[in-house]
Amino acid sequence: MMMRKVMSVPEKWSVFNKQLILELEKIGLNSIGIVLFISFFVGGVVSIQTALNLQNPLLPKYLIGLASRDSLILEFSPTMISLILAGKVGSSIASEIGSMRVSEQIDALEIMGVNSASFLILPKIIASLFFFPLLVILSMGIGMIGAWVGGLSVNVTTSDFMYGLRYEFIPFFVSYAIIKTLAFAFIVSSLSSYFGYYAKGGAVAVGKSSTEAVVYSSIVILVFNFILTKIILA
Amino acid sequence: MIEIKNIDKSFGDNKVLKNVNMTFKKGQTNLIIGESGSGKTTLIKILIGLYKNYSGKVLFDGSNVSEMNKKELKKLRQDIGMLFQGGALYDYMSVEENIMFPLSLFTEKSEREMIERVNFCLERVNLKGKNNLMPSELSGGMKKRVAIARAIVMQPKYLFCDEPNSGLDPKTAILIDDLIMEITKEYNITTIVNTHDMNSVMQIGDNISFIHKGEMWWKGNKEELIISNNEELTNFVFASKLFKRLKK
Repeated sequence: MMMRKVMSVPEKWSVFNKQLILELEKIGLNSIGIVLFISFFVGGVVSIQTALNLQNPLLPKYLIGLASRDSLILEFSPTMISLILAGKVGSSIASEIGSMRVSEQIDALEIMGVNSASFLILPKIIASLFFFPLLVILSMGIGMIGAWVGGLSVNVTTSDFMYGLRYEFIPFFVSYAIIKTLAFAFIVSSLSSYFGYYAKGGAVAVGKSSTEAVVYSSIVILVFNFILTKIILA
Repeated sequence: MIEIKNIDKSFGDNKVLKNVNMTFKKGQTNLIIGESGSGKTTLIKILIGLYKNYSGKVLFDGSNVSEMNKKELKKLRQDIGMLFQGGALYDYMSVEENIMFPLSLFTEKSEREMIERVNFCLERVNLKGKNNLMPSELSGGMKKRVAIARAIVMQPKYLFCDEPNSGLDPKTAILIDDLIMEITKEYNITTIVNTHDMNSVMQIGDNISFIHKGEMWWKGNKEELIISNNEELTNFVFASKLFKRLKK
């Protein structure tokens, strides 16, 4: 029922666009730092751990680049980054909307005749759908740089690593990752908004809605990760 | 004018309002008073359309709210200004943006016209030049005044105020009361104030309705209230020993 209210035409496009730009900044631009930081270091660790597991001299070194690439594209960047964003963006969305609910700001919107669900939630969903895939693509790139640096630290040469990165590359894996990310973006933004929008009470309720948003978003992401992987790849 | 007829409202088995009938006149400050939990807030939430499941009628200038279609309801809501207990200003918007918000949504005014109107409203609530402050930089009284400016920016026909003085010192509270009364007379609007502040009652009570245990118990003006012998009303209004002595 909430989604029916959310998916209605905005009252005025100029006001909606202003709100959307605000959300793009809050949800997208403000998440770039953490995504870069985590992706670089996880990429490095993936590469080092893969190298440690492939110490057999019969196994070529370029496999480290290949394994790092596939781990990052298929799982780490889309799923793990979405889980991280569920924590960062999801809790922020739920607490922001929840605070507005308990301080009667949402009631003030409704009394003015504004569709509060659409005004507050739709820009967040659109901003998430737009920015999550960009962040995930960025994470793939930075993760691979991290993996290359990690590889260098365990004596994998740049040429071996680069050969592995290019070896039997399947572009569809990136499409699969983006499809998953779009689903996760919708899950995080809509579930978090839901918990915030229906928060009742005071500060404790806002905290509870924020926690619930993160927990349920994470669970649903993991379940959908399994379902989508089965449908798309299996 | 706003009329409510035979309003009943329950939350589960708890009957909060029982057959309430009231009339709120244009150009007057109409006060709803009563103890905490008496049903005042529920009644005001019914009036402003936040509660929909109730029985009875709410008539705005003769039009029944429950029979209005979406378009009529939307139009009505633009005629309503609301002052919430905590101000309900949007945290991420400046004072100017808060007041301008309804204008930018529902009018086709240019940026310059909207700023002119905002400045007029700010001047009206004695906050000239505070356009760029954020809500977090305002005192409680200033927040209430900005909220009043936002409530009147669309030139409403009806102004609702929920506990406008809560959390304010007596002097600031009287300033807010005076402002509400002046705006009511100046724009000839129907103002409904939900309060249990006795200073407000004595300051601005043109038309007072006393709710007790969800029922309409007494109505009159501030002069009639002082001489009333209604026991429940007297116990509520003259609750302190000092007031009781003064009443005697």
